[in-house]
Amino acid sequence: MALYDRSSPADSMARGLGWFSIGLGAAELVAGRSLARWMGMEDKSALIRAYGLREITAGVGLLALGDPKPWIWGRVAGDAVDIATLASAVGDDNPRAGNARIALGAVMAATALDLVCAAKLHQEETAAWSPPPDYGDRSGFARPVDAMRGTASDAPIGDDMRTPKILQFQPAGQSQASSQPSRAF
Amino acid sequence: MRALVWHGANDIRCDTVPDPQIEHPRDAIVKVTTCAICGSDLHLHDHFMPGMEKGDIVGHEFMGEVMEVGAEAKGALKVGERVVVPFTIFCGECDQCKRGNYSVCERSNRNKALADKVFGHTTAGLFGYTHLTGGYAGGQAEYVRVPFADHTHIKVPNGLTDEQVLFLGDIFPTGWQAAAQCDIQPTDTVAIWGCGPVGQMTIRSAVLLGAKQVVAIDRVAERLSMAKAGGAITINFEEESVVERLNELTGGKGPEKCIDAVGMEAHATATLDSMMDRAKQALMLESDRAHVLREMMYVCRPAGTLSIPGVYGGLVDKIPFGMSMNKGLTWRMGQTHVNRWTDDLLHRIQDGQIDPSFVITHTEPLENGPEMYKTFRDKRDGCIKVVLKP
Ligand SMILES: NC(=O)c1ccc[n+]([C@@H]2O[C@H](COP(=O)([O-])OP(=O)(O)OC[C@H]3O[C@@H](n4cnc5c(N)ncnc54)[C@H](O)[C@@H]3O)[C@@H](O)[C@H]2O)c1
Ligand SMILES: [Zn+2]
Ligand SMILES: [Zn+2]
Repeated sequence: MALYDRSSPADSMARGLGWFSIGLGAAELVAGRSLARWMGMEDKSALIRAYGLREITAGVGLLALGDPKPWIWGRVAGDAVDIATLASAVGDDNPRAGNARIALGAVMAATALDLVCAAKLHQEETAAWSPPPDYGDRSGFARPVDAMRGTASDAPIGDDMRTPKILQFQPAGQSQASSQPSRAF
Repeated sequence: MRALVWHGANDIRCDTVPDPQIEHPRDAIVKVTTCAICGSDLHLHDHFMPGMEKGDIVGHEFMGEVMEVGAEAKGALKVGERVVVPFTIFCGECDQCKRGNYSVCERSNRNKALADKVFGHTTAGLFGYTHLTGGYAGGQAEYVRVPFADHTHIKVPNGLTDEQVLFLGDIFPTGWQAAAQCDIQPTDTVAIWGCGPVGQMTIRSAVLLGAKQVVAIDRVAERLSMAKAGGAITINFEEESVVERLNELTGGKGPEKCIDAVGMEAHATATLDSMMDRAKQALMLESDRAHVLREMMYVCRPAGTLSIPGVYGGLVDKIPFGMSMNKGLTWRMGQTHVNRWTDDLLHRIQDGQIDPSFVITHTEPLENGPEMYKTFRDKRDGCIKVVLKP
């Protein structure tokens, strides 16, 4: 079972990164075209919008889902894709290469944070793990289970708690109707 | 006095607050000797239930000694008597109480007007459980005011420890009613989602009521080991398919009776529907996660029964209602009518049929309560049930 603690320091960091993802994703989605133009990558504005969707998904996942670890690794993978995309735009043939380099630097910084967060989450998991206690002797019953089965089958349970007769499962081959005494003709 | 006080999401503190006083002649004041943290308290702690206010004292599973009795409750209760207090406050006289439907008592909710508006018609007042159900101060405290005390109590006979009887106030009758309203037949397979304290009590109840086969579902190893001790076949939902296993165990027909002892904070598994639920809940598009409900509706045998002791607070999304309608399923649900069952259950404890204290894994002073909420919620340290001593 994956272990996680949704109130630990590493988890708060993961949540922080989740909000960051949502913010960045929304910006990419809404301002994809101007962002692309600013970096000299006009031909990639659709791609940047798609990256925005990816960021939002990761963000929601980090904030909402039980175990943040898969989502943090998802972010790391996304960072790698961003870096590859930006790397194609930092060459001298791009008049806006300077801006693309700034973006590349920012993505690399975010990648570093993601990696730190992932490492911390895994550390916490290792530290928290100890073999689960075995409660196999805690039956709560005075005697073995099979001796207790049905002990209370005569318990006082009101008719309002019972399944109406008509809805009860009948023994195979005996419908409610056919269990009535049959009338001879 | 000292009491556990709600300050907001994830923020319950042990504060010093004024002692409670008799406010009505039917009140009593009880000095709490033992109380517990219930799964329902987690919904407040995590702030999934609407209607809490800063400063509310929490806790609804508690017992103790009667310190003071109002003039109109004196016939029924004496100073010095030992009582377990049911979490449902009830008048004992209204139409619903006369039918034993104590958790929907028509008179014990002092915020009736609010509840009428939100639920259509009011339900009973509850201790330490939101202003929708009366906003009454709870029992994770040194002292509690018990309204309608002439009815709202269970007297404890001599010779039983606090730990043996404490759960008569909530989880034992809750597990019992969950099983009882399934009308268990000796041929039935009963599937129970959730092996928390309520699930554990439900498993024992289903065995006592004579189920042929009890199947318990969770993912926490130690909870599954306790379920097995109680006679259940276990399914770890993170390791195997719940639907496939249940069909296998029932000759492909599905369990006749399905019980949701999880409620609105069902965990995300690898299934898409529960991931969507968590995401929507985080974005406040729905309040409750209905993964277990959907799974029950899907796997239950046609003409079978769904019993829902698990608590839901508000809206659920994507309920395959057509499936339920076409399969002709019966739905049973509700807060527990505690006192309807407690005479019988007390006898079973005295008889030695069952000792509900098996579920206790942690006993701590009240001051450690805030920390223990987290231990219980995060299932750390093998925690299944926490008992607190004021
Ligand atoms: N009806 C009533 O009067 C009443 C009274 C008491 C408690 N309750 C409710 O009963 C529920 C359980 O209470 P508890 O004290 O046992 O709490 P708990 O939180 O300890 O137990 C819930 C269990 O469900 C398991 N679970 C989560 N997702 C699951 C899934 N998808 N499938 C199977 N198991 C899953 C968890 O691992 C946990 O062990 C809560 O909703 C609580 O509010 C109702
Ligand atoms: Zn409870
Ligand atoms: Zn009433």
